[in-house]
Amino acid sequence: MKNMMEVKDLTFTYSGASEPSLKAISLPVERNKVTALIGPSGCGKSTLLRGMNRIHDLYPGHRYEGAINLLNADQKAYTNILDIKKEAELIRLRQRVGMIFQKPTPFPMTIFENIAYGLRLSGVKKRTELQEVVEQSLRDAALWEEAKDRLGHDARGLSGGQQQRLCIARAIALKPEVILFDEPTSALDPISTLAIEEMISVLREQYSICIVTHNMQQAARISDYTGFMYLGEMIEFDQTDTIFMKPSQKQTEDYISGRFG
Amino acid sequence: MRLIMNRVFIVFSTFAALVGLIFLGWILFTLFSKGLQGLSFDVFTKDLIEGGLRNVIVGQIMMSGIATLIGIPVGILAGIYLQEYGANSRSTEFLRDLSDVMMSAPSIVVGTFVYAIIVVPTGHTSGWAGVLALFILMVPIIVRTTDDMLNLVPIELREAGMAIGASKYHVTMNIVVRYAKAGILTGILLAFARVVGETAPLIYTSGSSEFWSTDLTGTFPSLTVSIYNLATMPDDQMVQLGWTGAFLLTTMVLIINLLGRYASNKKRSK
Repeated sequence: MKNMMEVKDLTFTYSGASEPSLKAISLPVERNKVTALIGPSGCGKSTLLRGMNRIHDLYPGHRYEGAINLLNADQKAYTNILDIKKEAELIRLRQRVGMIFQKPTPFPMTIFENIAYGLRLSGVKKRTELQEVVEQSLRDAALWEEAKDRLGHDARGLSGGQQQRLCIARAIALKPEVILFDEPTSALDPISTLAIEEMISVLREQYSICIVTHNMQQAARISDYTGFMYLGEMIEFDQTDTIFMKPSQKQTEDYISGRFG
Repeated sequence: MRLIMNRVFIVFSTFAALVGLIFLGWILFTLFSKGLQGLSFDVFTKDLIEGGLRNVIVGQIMMSGIATLIGIPVGILAGIYLQEYGANSRSTEFLRDLSDVMMSAPSIVVGTFVYAIIVVPTGHTSGWAGVLALFILMVPIIVRTTDDMLNLVPIELREAGMAIGASKYHVTMNIVVRYAKAGILTGILLAFARVVGETAPLIYTSGSSEFWSTDLTGTFPSLTVSIYNLATMPDDQMVQLGWTGAFLLTTMVLIINLLGRYASNKKRSK
């Protein structure tokens, strides 16, 4: 059971659309590895990622076919997350599969509360425990030194890069098994980008990571596996080195070498 | 030719702006000069029957205040429904349009409506009838501002809330509404400012009284209705008191409006 998640023949159709946006996609997310999704805009990579914690379900009417399997806590069998119907189980799913968005999304609360909020929702009440987890999460997200003296300040006063690290701290505070990154650095400056990339390579030791990026160099730098998507199809999936050095598909090679997209 | 047109246009628009400002200045100047003359300590300590305005000021604020207290939860919840739960269905659009229509409904119509459903059956004017009329006037304002303010909350914030395992209820109450707090507060202040200066909905509903009263089941003192009554009296002193009341009312509305502006500016500078 080396895969944490397995997408199998997933076809996804947006509400009201006649054509599916994802066509029979398969993708493994290996444990403690970074899996990157690349491809030109509109290829469906974000759509795929947003299916993996069913954040699509925020809006009614979308259709999934196929399976997205998540390894059970006992690590013996998989559960198809597309079978989940109850709101409470969806909430549990999202605590196990965290997500970081393109634009930093600090909640309108203090820095401390931003991280404690998810913990409180999952039932942590003790003040000392909250403080412990908040500190550890901020340390893991490399934000503790900058934030420790202003935990009581509004989180929206942080810089963009700091806000994004806060969002990562917020996600890892819940001890998820998988973290999904949806173009996490495309709104950040190069230095903040570097900080996030370094953090992802550290986070890999504890979490399984899937990242969507439109920056090919980023995929090459930080990922172990790369999937190239085009027009809703998974054109090629392999080890990152192979994808970038010896792609087997012509389309992948064209995209990697900058001939289109 | 283009340059001439440009000049002409500037001259005309400046002139139009000046006309507007002149009238505004004129109104304020008249109000201040006439209103300040009659301003004294007695205005605040004596009731209308003794030549002061204490009871009518308290009455006006009480009726507007109670209408606001009831209107806030109703308006905010309805606004939340429209934006967060209505899902842009046709009935939501209909409710939204209805609030817009209600917002521009002439206040005298609301006054006569409440007169017909409360004052006529009970046989007398009452504070509660006034409260109801003001409530009907202000709820659409709160609904629409709440709706608009929630609409400005980035969709990513809702998704981020869901992504850490918050339910729709928690996302709405703890994140979305909190994000829009300053805007909603501004809406409430503006709605209060709107109704506190209303006369038409009160004339037939609360009426006005010259005596001190905090009993909303009976005819209730109202500042705006009293101003209307005082201004048409033959006695100079009474007319003077009317001017003072108008001055106080304007000051009050002005301050509330400024507070509303301040709250929304503070939000934007964040």
